[in-house]
Amino acid sequence: MKTRFTKLAALVGTLALLAGLAACGSDDSADADKDRTLTVFAAASLKGTFTELAKEFEDANEGVEVKLSFGGSSDLAAQINEGAPADVFASADERTMALVVDEDGTAKDPVIFATNVLEIATPVDNPAKVKSLEDLSNPEVKVVLCAPQVPCGAASQELLKKVGVTVKPVSEEQSVTDVLGKVTSGEADAGLVYVTDVISAGDTVTGIEIPEANEVVNAYPIAPLAKASDADLAQAFVDLITGSKGKDVFTKAGFGTP
Amino acid sequence: MVSLQVHVVDSARGVDLEFDVESGETVALVGPNGTGKSTVLAAIAGLLKLEQVRVQVGDRELVGPKTWVAPHERSVALLTQASLLFPHLDVRANVAFGPTCTGANNPGAIADSWLAELGLTELAARRPFELSGGQAQRVALARALAAAPDVVLLDEPMAALDAPSVPQLRKVIGRVLANRTALIVTHDPLDALVLADRTIVIDDGRIIDSGPSRDVLSHPRSPFAAALAGVNLIDGVATGPKTVRDNDQHELLGESAEELVIGAPAMATFSPTAVALHRQKPEGSPRNVRRGTVRGIEQRGGTCRVDVDGVLADVTSAAAAELQIEPGAQIWLSLKATEVSVYSR
Amino acid sequence: MSINQVDLPRWTMIPAVAGLAFVILPLVAMVLRVDWGDFGSLVTSESSLAALSLSLRTASMSTAICVLIGVPMALFLARSSSRLVDVVRPFILLPLVLPPVVGGIALLYTFGRRGLLGQHLEVLGIQIAFSTAAVVIAQTFVALPFLVVSLEGALRGTDPGYSRVAATLGANPSRVLTKVTLPLVWPGLVAGTVLSFARALGEFGATITFAGSLQGVTRTLPPEIYLQRETDPQAAIALSLLLVMVAVVVIAVVRRPGRNPW
Repeated sequence: MKTRFTKLAALVGTLALLAGLAACGSDDSADADKDRTLTVFAAASLKGTFTELAKEFEDANEGVEVKLSFGGSSDLAAQINEGAPADVFASADERTMALVVDEDGTAKDPVIFATNVLEIATPVDNPAKVKSLEDLSNPEVKVVLCAPQVPCGAASQELLKKVGVTVKPVSEEQSVTDVLGKVTSGEADAGLVYVTDVISAGDTVTGIEIPEANEVVNAYPIAPLAKASDADLAQAFVDLITGSKGKDVFTKAGFGTP
Repeated sequence: MVSLQVHVVDSARGVDLEFDVESGETVALVGPNGTGKSTVLAAIAGLLKLEQVRVQVGDRELVGPKTWVAPHERSVALLTQASLLFPHLDVRANVAFGPTCTGANNPGAIADSWLAELGLTELAARRPFELSGGQAQRVALARALAAAPDVVLLDEPMAALDAPSVPQLRKVIGRVLANRTALIVTHDPLDALVLADRTIVIDDGRIIDSGPSRDVLSHPRSPFAAALAGVNLIDGVATGPKTVRDNDQHELLGESAEELVIGAPAMATFSPTAVALHRQKPEGSPRNVRRGTVRGIEQRGGTCRVDVDGVLADVTSAAAAELQIEPGAQIWLSLKATEVSVYSR
Repeated sequence: MSINQVDLPRWTMIPAVAGLAFVILPLVAMVLRVDWGDFGSLVTSESSLAALSLSLRTASMSTAICVLIGVPMALFLARSSSRLVDVVRPFILLPLVLPPVVGGIALLYTFGRRGLLGQHLEVLGIQIAFSTAAVVIAQTFVALPFLVVSLEGALRGTDPGYSRVAATLGANPSRVLTKVTLPLVWPGLVAGTVLSFARALGEFGATITFAGSLQGVTRTLPPEIYLQRETDPQAAIALSLLLVMVAVVVIAVVRRPGRNPW
């Protein structure tokens, strides 16, 4: 019995020590190489573009490390308001940015750096032979949309209303990623996602453009945060995003630029 | 009532037993631990599968080379030393369990009549954990009998009870088994004598004696049976019409119903109380006298049971003290011929 | 008169209380954040009631299925002497170890439109994806191990003598199981059922991955809470507390303290 207890105590102790070392270790290496860190919270749909631009920023600025944190915009806004340490926030819509602005979290007014419009995505073979937004109202077609509470969902509802099409979706997903997932696996016949999502999904989906798409534009704002430890560095990053280099990257990905 | 025929073979354990129980007869199975007695009962009840078993009840074959009747269809009831009353049912429901399973017409009434038969009516609503050991065993007995079995098996039913409870339960069992085909495994010679018509002695996986209980226990043919019956047993060769000589060249003169055949294997038995102990070689009439070393002493109430080279002698504690009996001491034994029973093997 | 506990050293109080605090404090934090004035209207909104009703219905059905298939599974694990059992056991525990989303993906690849079984069911006109049935399947998948593990442990701990005696009294195997074996393990069975229900009620990852999320059809309370967080954090907290209350009520009702297990 005594040896068993000692073994257990030793195991727990070792795990705790390892955890402690790991934590120390990562900090040490970071401090050793870099003098300055910039923490950027960005919407999930900005992953590809922001990762590329963050690298550019690091190359251009000696000794700076950009830490990117991607997630759902409202999750990120909530975390920022609850005190998460971030220097810059880029969200997928103006409503979630407003959540942070209302709490006086931003150092400057937000600036729109990219726009996105909706597109229909179907499985590669397009089994339901969808050609237009109107086809989605066909009850035989299994349509998946974002839930109205999330930005892409709100945009989808608005667009459908504008075009005058009623859709009864089989599921309202938490995020665009989930919608795309259901489409690529063939569970759904069609879904409404962003143009950028269709492009990044490559040949796993077929995209069908919507003529009226430009009537509902999703605008992506970015702002440096009041609690940023280095206000100049934060602003520099915002400038990169809103500058010409940023515009190139976003356009390539399928975003619109203001 | 039906008869029971059993043949059990388990070569891994060296067991080969074959015996019958007449219809309405109760047979006691005795023998040292581990010789397979409980195995036999389990095989008859259908709770164990052995390599070679044949069990026949009446003209129904329950187990055979091509037969296997499931336990619940055998009509063989088993009572063990743990009463195993179902803890989630009260006494009455426990007793009614058997008839309920077999679809009897009025299980409650059957239960009530058995409760009455065994004097348990006022315990009907109690839960098993509220009963004493003796009460629980009586309920278990009622439960087994309420199932109207063809054969009743009892596996040391009184082993877990305290001594005062035993005689009462024995009496009850004796009464209800009166005309039933039953097999009882026991370590208590009184069980064999009181409850069983016949006793079968098993040792080393084989039957070494079988016969009316009284005979088997008063003329034991094995050390185990002798110890069970509480008598001394000497194994040897007849050297005279009434004399037996054992392996240590001690001769015993005794009484016997028939004259022994000289040179043939013979046995002598005598009760421990017939043995007298002396510090010095005794003078006088007793023909059986010998010297020995005290191997062990056991106190039993006011009596001392002394082991002298394997022979058991009972003396009063006072006498033992006076004789200064202690292990290793040299002592003289004397035994009257009239107290010794000799018989051929 | 009370029993003196001889294996409860004083120092165990510290980690025990710490553990209790660890579990209770987040609950207290939530309770303090809720706007109690709005609580009533938040939990009785149309979407909330739809989600609650769906959660209760699907969790009950999943628990029932868990019991129906879990009891035989536990019996095999506990009673069978076959080597196969040792091989199979780790797989039965798999849903406990898998992240729920991974479980959902696996279910999708099995029962989805283009899944292993799903594609054949599709031909027969049976569509599981996006249906309430899919929710029940997802919940059953994650909750089953709880029942099986609890019950197997309880079965191994019972004295086989009771079942054997019942057989000699004339009970066929079905009767022995229902009248003797299961009543003997009743506390273990109840505990396993409650755990399964609670797990099914709280299931989220597998549900949204496999069944989707649509009010009244597949959006149980957890996805509803998650969605509400996007627009109305107060509603999310209120619904979370509602879920906690439902779980507490179920557990309290089923495990009334002080009941003699027999």
